[in-house]
Amino acid sequence: MYQTTYHRPSSVDEAASLFTKGSDAKYLAGGHTLIPVMKQRLASPSDVIDLGKIAELIGIEPTGDGIIIKAATTHSDVASSETVQKAIPVLAYLASLIGDPAVRHRGTIGGSLANNDPAADYPAAVLALGATVKTNKRSIAADDFFKGLFSTALDDGEIITAVSFPVQDKAGYAKFNHPASRFALTGVFVAKTPAGDVRVAATGASQNGVMRVPAIEAALKANWSAGAIDGVRISADGLMSDIHGTSDYRANLIKVMAQRAVIAAG
Amino acid sequence: MSTVKLTVNGKAVSAEVEDRTLLVHLLRDHLNLTGTHIGCDTSQCGACVVHIDGRAVKSCTVLAGQASGSTVTTIEGIAKGDELHPMQAAFRDNHGLQCGYCTPGMIMSAIDIVHRHSGNLDEATVRHELEGNICRCTGYHNIVKAVLDAAGRMKVAQAAE
Repeated sequence: MYQTTYHRPSSVDEAASLFTKGSDAKYLAGGHTLIPVMKQRLASPSDVIDLGKIAELIGIEPTGDGIIIKAATTHSDVASSETVQKAIPVLAYLASLIGDPAVRHRGTIGGSLANNDPAADYPAAVLALGATVKTNKRSIAADDFFKGLFSTALDDGEIITAVSFPVQDKAGYAKFNHPASRFALTGVFVAKTPAGDVRVAATGASQNGVMRVPAIEAALKANWSAGAIDGVRISADGLMSDIHGTSDYRANLIKVMAQRAVIAAG
Repeated sequence: MSTVKLTVNGKAVSAEVEDRTLLVHLLRDHLNLTGTHIGCDTSQCGACVVHIDGRAVKSCTVLAGQASGSTVTTIEGIAKGDELHPMQAAFRDNHGLQCGYCTPGMIMSAIDIVHRHSGNLDEATVRHELEGNICRCTGYHNIVKAVLDAAGRMKVAQAAE
């Protein structure tokens, strides 16, 4: 790891101000992506600004029609939260599938979303549930937030402060995980809104990161059942092909995981 | 350079370290607590697991600065004098180790698992929960036996207190 300067601000405003002073600053949340990347010398930030202990960024609150998860809340706290388990149980389940117990004790929802790894779990939940990403400057709808591989709508220095999740009528997640890394080889999140709309998001599949799956959304809107997906054809164009699986394999996984997610959603 | 102040195994410690220093290097190189091992150095194998404020974490993926102000417990801090922690005793009695390289991390993860499940553990849960700790000797069989054995001993010890 190259030399860096570590900062631990006590507020979001102080963190944002430190960011503008650094020549090439980076925010650190749980550190389970940034630190490995720094160890490989693929990143060499001049300043590392730790958001992990900022009190206003930690916690889970119920709202009238959903929940707000603050950005530096760890995966283990989401997984074990009674508020989450009661309002959106599938979100607690999804958090329990990330990495391993020690990783879940450090990794955060805000870090995962800001990084937007193409095989991360949270982006699928945020996109399918139609969540809103709150930052220190604005609110960003899920459909506008994800901009491709490791890319988001966040401006330089902008900080995710919380994610607001609405409760949907039905929601389910199924992940075919890589047995070593536990990242999604493909994971699919399905949700049915109170208005009857269907939102389906796949992670780990596309070369451009998390994506909606309109063909499955249409099939499920007409008939909310696993069988409705049988006849859907998913194109392998634009899907990832690597040592773990071909694009055709992932195209099939999108269907199979969507079916399992619908069954789980009930 | 920064001054990092934390509590390690019940003692207040202070060290002047480079900001890029990892917690595992602070423990091993500055505090001479070499019981915590570095295996993969990529947050996969779990040989470096310690507790920060009571939670199992991989100390190869935490900056020393992030642990400043926290309470850290390592494998050196769990026995009571000459009396092994019930998890250590169970690993010895069940032959839960061969080369021993993964053992400090296994034991720190296992104590965390027992705490989180309030001692109500079955074999499948232990195997699933140990997925972040890799052992290349034992095939896990005796490690799982040791954790289940220790869960019972820790319950008894807690009830006695």
